[in-house]
Amino acid sequence: MSTPIDLPRWADIGLVPAVATVAAFLVAGLVVMSIGESPLEATRILIEGSLGSAEGIGFTLYYATNFIFAGLAVAVAFHAGLFNIGAEGQATLGGLGAALVALSLDWLPGFVVLPLAILAAAAFGALWGFIPGYLQAKRGSHVVITTIMFNFLAAILIVYLLVNVMGNPKSMAPETRNFGPNAHLPFIHALAQAMGLNMPATPLNLSFPLALLAAFGVWLLIYRSRLGYAIRTVGASPAAAVYAGVSPERITMLTMALSGSLAAGLAVNEVLGVQQHLLLEFTSGYGFVGIAVALMGRAHPVGVVLAALLFGMLYQGGAELSFDHPAITRDMVTVIGGVLILFAGALDGLFRRAVALVLPRRLVA
Amino acid sequence: MPALSPVTTPSVTMPPPAIELIGIDKSFGAVRANRDVNLTVAKGTIHGIVGENGAGKSTLMSILYGFYEADAGEIRVDGQSVRIANSQIAIKAGIGMVFQHFMLVDELSVLDNVMLGAEGGAMLAEGARQARAALAGFAKDYGLAIDPDALVGHLSVGQQQRVEIVKALYRGANVLVLDEPTAVLTPSEATALFTLLAALKAQGKTIILITHKLQEIMAATDRVSVMRQGQILATLETAKTSPRELASLMVGRDVLLQVEKQPREPGKTVLDVKGLGFVDERGVTRLQNLSFSLREGEIVGVAGVAGNGQSELLSVLAGIIAPSTGTIALLGKELSARALNPRELRRRGLLHVPEDRLRMGLVPPFPAYESAALGFEHEERYGRGPLFDRAAMVGDLEGRMQDYDVRPRDALLKTAKFSGGNQQKIVLAREIERSPKVLLVGQPTRGVDIGAIEFIHRRLVALRDEGVAILIVSVELEEIMSLSDRVIVMCGGRITGERRREATDTGDLGLLMAGVDSEAA
Repeated sequence: MSTPIDLPRWADIGLVPAVATVAAFLVAGLVVMSIGESPLEATRILIEGSLGSAEGIGFTLYYATNFIFAGLAVAVAFHAGLFNIGAEGQATLGGLGAALVALSLDWLPGFVVLPLAILAAAAFGALWGFIPGYLQAKRGSHVVITTIMFNFLAAILIVYLLVNVMGNPKSMAPETRNFGPNAHLPFIHALAQAMGLNMPATPLNLSFPLALLAAFGVWLLIYRSRLGYAIRTVGASPAAAVYAGVSPERITMLTMALSGSLAAGLAVNEVLGVQQHLLLEFTSGYGFVGIAVALMGRAHPVGVVLAALLFGMLYQGGAELSFDHPAITRDMVTVIGGVLILFAGALDGLFRRAVALVLPRRLVA
Repeated sequence: MPALSPVTTPSVTMPPPAIELIGIDKSFGAVRANRDVNLTVAKGTIHGIVGENGAGKSTLMSILYGFYEADAGEIRVDGQSVRIANSQIAIKAGIGMVFQHFMLVDELSVLDNVMLGAEGGAMLAEGARQARAALAGFAKDYGLAIDPDALVGHLSVGQQQRVEIVKALYRGANVLVLDEPTAVLTPSEATALFTLLAALKAQGKTIILITHKLQEIMAATDRVSVMRQGQILATLETAKTSPRELASLMVGRDVLLQVEKQPREPGKTVLDVKGLGFVDERGVTRLQNLSFSLREGEIVGVAGVAGNGQSELLSVLAGIIAPSTGTIALLGKELSARALNPRELRRRGLLHVPEDRLRMGLVPPFPAYESAALGFEHEERYGRGPLFDRAAMVGDLEGRMQDYDVRPRDALLKTAKFSGGNQQKIVLAREIERSPKVLLVGQPTRGVDIGAIEFIHRRLVALRDEGVAILIVSVELEEIMSLSDRVIVMCGGRITGERRREATDTGDLGLLMAGVDSEAA
């Protein structure tokens, strides 16, 4: 009998993923050992590279920002029983929205143009999520299929626009001109400097606190708001939703739009924060990693933030690792990430059983 | 040998019992589903097992059939100790099981279903010949006639159940376990089933009958064991006991089996249905030209075999599905298509306790306090604005848990962890609390233990006495009979008859349920 094992919530979103992470690192250690490198040394470089210096931390948090947004996007959709794997495309469109505002209004002061650009990113991302939502609700086309297709559509659309419409005539690359300084989301190190603190330059920018704010907002939405109640009801039991007078169609469309607007946060970080112009493929697969982040974080905002930090460490520390030890290539780091996803996402049940056996009986049902 | 055996052998001629369970213990986490169960089922008898939901009957039978293995204890079949690790071993030991939900393939013939998993070799022809011969034998020996070439999907529920029994016999079952076999049958089909069971018994088969219908126990069994809280409390000779004694053993106190109800003159009409019809998306007519009315302070029961349109009727009246034809007037006002949605109907005082509380009435993974607000989550009592007030929701349910004696009294506990009866009380409390004008109740006590049944019935009658119009859909004829002031019988999506309670009996209703109106001239 494979009845689900009920654990207390703290164990569900904290302990089980932690055990899975440790197991994943043990297995990854074996892989590192098999190519003749020392796993302990690799772990040391990974941790030092990601957390050992102000610069390392800055990069880690910068990566984590992307993963928080992408993870929240996937998590919100999970709650409505939807599997949104279109965060890449939604973020791409988000970048387009942000760039349109930034390019046309960067003569306005920053406190006007930046909120507008962020809203535009959210609106464009929402649109790109809403359409698959609409197609599922009204036409029965599954979002898993349509969101994948919409990733490709977004990629092609942006190539077309950058080559034919929005491209910078002075550049050979398909990209827009740089935004004016008013439309730059400030770097954290720049803010620190203004306050007299000295920090090394990293891509970390105001998007990070924005991501934490979004995580809190998602928590409030999902667990404390009436809309979140409706979203969870639809996800858990569409028949109960209909009985309650909630339309699953409406919730499907709304949730997909919300999910898309969260994915667009990734574009805020990359386009308004780091690149400061629109270019191709700025999403770099972060949207897909968001699926792993959401799975590992059990679709709970706190779990998503923790998982995003872990993946941020892995990205930053992994870059250091392959720099110091050329034998451990980037692909090797990807393997470590893959093992982590496998253990935390797919083999979750394995560790739940083990955790349930160890925990005192009264806590386990 | 006998001197070494700890079990005393009373006499040489006495055959060993068909089934002996000795000291069976089984826990799930902290819950002890079976504790030190001892049960002896004599060969060639019909042995009943009764008990409330969650008393451990199903767990015990699952252990016997190899779905679970007991933590402790011994199983003996025909005096031999057997370790039943899976159902294969159980079948080999001659134990057959007929589940409440049939395990049949609709698209295959009766013969194919019987052979499935017992084909007897790589080629089918020889096995088919044997199975056909065996089926003919069963027909002769037990009067268990069934067309081997009919498609199972085309058979009635009663006939499908026979196929399940044939399947078990074909696999060599000497002991047949039936789990709530009459839950899906019409009264006449149930009678036929008991005739069949008697024939099987006459041929030396042993039958274990799990049911919560005490009159079936009284009518069909030789002996009966009562379970409560995982234990067998007593095993009695059926002839020497009474339904009252069994019921009080089951719940541990005296129970009123009949609801006390004073006659009451109904008031004005509050729900008026005319020419209601519903055709589903596949084009099948589910409801056809239904007309009836519901008045203040009366309980109208809708009787019928499950699947004859009662569920659709409830869904249409509750605004969950849109009718294809006809009109519904609530409190004298005809409802427009726009008004026919659950939220609007709730606002106008028509509340609904759905048939399937786990799929519709509650959200199983939610904490109880959230389930207890389902459909009312927008109400101001839970706060204004887009956020709801969690503390208010919790407090709200905690108060009602007190009034409705919901156990455990923990509003934060996950909905799925409450027993069926307590879940039903949470739903009922939620709806009754809102002072309905019209209350629709689907299967008020399905999967609910006897103690809670009594409580729920009394609540419903009290509500009727306060002047609420109540429509009850139930497949339990007893329930319809004891609660209703008026009975509507449905068959094939039509109303086949309407009776005042005092002017009818189960025989009359049973005929109507089969589509025959004894009064029609």
